[in-house]
Amino acid sequence: MTHTIHMTAGLLLITSIAAAQPSGKEILDRIDQNMSAESRYVKSKMIIHGPRTSRTIESETWAAGESAFTEYLAPARERGTKMLKLEDQLWIFSPATDRTIQLSGHLLRQSVMGSDLSYEDMMEDPDLASKYDAVVTGSETVDDRECWIVEMHAKTEDVAYQKRKLWVDRQRFIPLKEELYAKSGQLLKKTELSDIQQHGSRWYPGRIVYKDMLKTGSGTEFIVDEISFDVEIPEYLLSKAALR
Amino acid sequence: MIAFKLAYRNLVGAGLRTFLIVFVLSVSYVLIIFMNGLYRGWEREGKFEMIRWEVGQGQYWQENYDPYDPVTLTDAHAPLPASFERATENGSAAAILVTQATVYPEGRMLGIMLKGISAGQEVLAIPTDLLIPKDNEIPAVIGTRFAQNANLAEGDHILVRWRDVNGTFDATELTISGIFNSSVPAVDNSQVWISLDRLQQMTGMPGEATILVIGEDAVLPAEVAGWEFQGHDVLFAELDQMIKTKSIGGSVFYLILLALALLAVFDTQVLSIFRRQREIGTYISMGMTRRQVVGLFTVEGAMHAVLALLLGAIYGIPLLLYVGSKGLGMPEGTDSFGMAAAQRIMPYYSLALVIGTVVLVIIATTIVSYMPSRKIAKMNPTEAIRGKIQ
Repeated sequence: MTHTIHMTAGLLLITSIAAAQPSGKEILDRIDQNMSAESRYVKSKMIIHGPRTSRTIESETWAAGESAFTEYLAPARERGTKMLKLEDQLWIFSPATDRTIQLSGHLLRQSVMGSDLSYEDMMEDPDLASKYDAVVTGSETVDDRECWIVEMHAKTEDVAYQKRKLWVDRQRFIPLKEELYAKSGQLLKKTELSDIQQHGSRWYPGRIVYKDMLKTGSGTEFIVDEISFDVEIPEYLLSKAALR
Repeated sequence: MIAFKLAYRNLVGAGLRTFLIVFVLSVSYVLIIFMNGLYRGWEREGKFEMIRWEVGQGQYWQENYDPYDPVTLTDAHAPLPASFERATENGSAAAILVTQATVYPEGRMLGIMLKGISAGQEVLAIPTDLLIPKDNEIPAVIGTRFAQNANLAEGDHILVRWRDVNGTFDATELTISGIFNSSVPAVDNSQVWISLDRLQQMTGMPGEATILVIGEDAVLPAEVAGWEFQGHDVLFAELDQMIKTKSIGGSVFYLILLALALLAVFDTQVLSIFRRQREIGTYISMGMTRRQVVGLFTVEGAMHAVLALLLGAIYGIPLLLYVGSKGLGMPEGTDSFGMAAAQRIMPYYSLALVIGTVVLVIIATTIVSYMPSRKIAKMNPTEAIRGKIQ
């Protein structure tokens, strides 16, 4: 009798856990709800930790869909540099040379101002749910928050990373850690998200640390000073006219 | 003949002045021949090395390939046509697949061109026998310049990251199996060579290539659908342009020297005609025509060039032959222009160059000698004998 009660209790527990555990797709949809927006404005600092010194670059970004416009505010050397991304094309305006150049080929693989991010990383489409099949493989605690471990495998072959691994906050549905893998299984990049803040109905990280795992260095910190979602962006800002 | 005898006597009589003019003119001869010989030597060696290391006897480019537009690289690959495959199999051609990648030597990030080439091919001098895989390693060869930039040595392992045909990132480790020393930067600077089969497998492009380099024995159709033949005229165009630019820049130096010498000849002629009016008057009164007297003075001026030729030959021939046999060391970093440049350039003096230079200097000297002499034709012989200034 006791045995039967234990069995029933166990089954109930498993069922309730299974019911509480959302599917991978649900998690990705909830992440996209938090992280994606029709448009956004971000004022941020990028702190690049080099082998000897660190540099801080301040910028403002306006983004809508697959287009984004960034203007660098500091340091003085980078002030006035503008970057425009329109779908899969990227232009940079440098005030020092008074020239606009389109980045392609090798240049897209270069790091953005010495950071752990390459220009082509910035070109990646952030929409996860449409590109990946996700499976919850376990749970783990990250920064004292209970997280689902979500493994994502690309639905098609034409995505940059065939495999990604996310540690997603169980309550807020925001990733706290992400690992990006090459097809061969080699870990390429690691991202840590922290200082999670609430903006209306969504949660968004205030600090993101990117680390190129093939490069030496302590990674690049991205600190959000100001952010607003679904803002009105003037049309000219997302056109080549804004570069001048 | 009398004109030559008189001219010689007058020139020798002028002593130091003649010697100085003749010396500067002789330096012009030697410099013109040396500089042009140097550029021709550079061109010959550059082309020889490019044939050996990079261009072979011509190349077929996949129709989307444009070496000046890296964006085209993503689509610049196609399966090798049957005729190309036969040529690569019998060793008369070498197929190359080109893709962009990133390597991480000592944790630094460097953008490179990852090139796959038929292992064991003999069309190009790249040591592709070192690309035959051993154990589970992927052997790679690089040039000395890139080895120095990336601080890599033989036996080192290096992480490489690339995107496959679908744009997906992949990464693996390469083993540097050899470092070659080539005077052609295009096969060395930021270039990593691995076996073609391996790169085709890594990028998901089986049987595909970007370039086919043909060797001497290759028999291939002139037109192949989807591929464009590039002959030496196209493949050497950059080197030709570079040498032409350098040659024009270099010519300024010896042209200034030549101009100074010609100016001196011109001045000497003007002074002679002014000081030797009585002599001119006497020649005319003794029955020489004005044209003969103009000829006499023109020959006298042009003799500077002949004497300069003799003087130049005395020190120039041994000097040029010595430099021609030993070669001239190129300054450090010459090849950083991206052009083929051997460490020592052997100047090449062709007969046409020597004859052309001699003719150029003699004609130029004759013209500047003739110009002031034309005044003689307008002289009144009576006034000239009196020594009256005209």
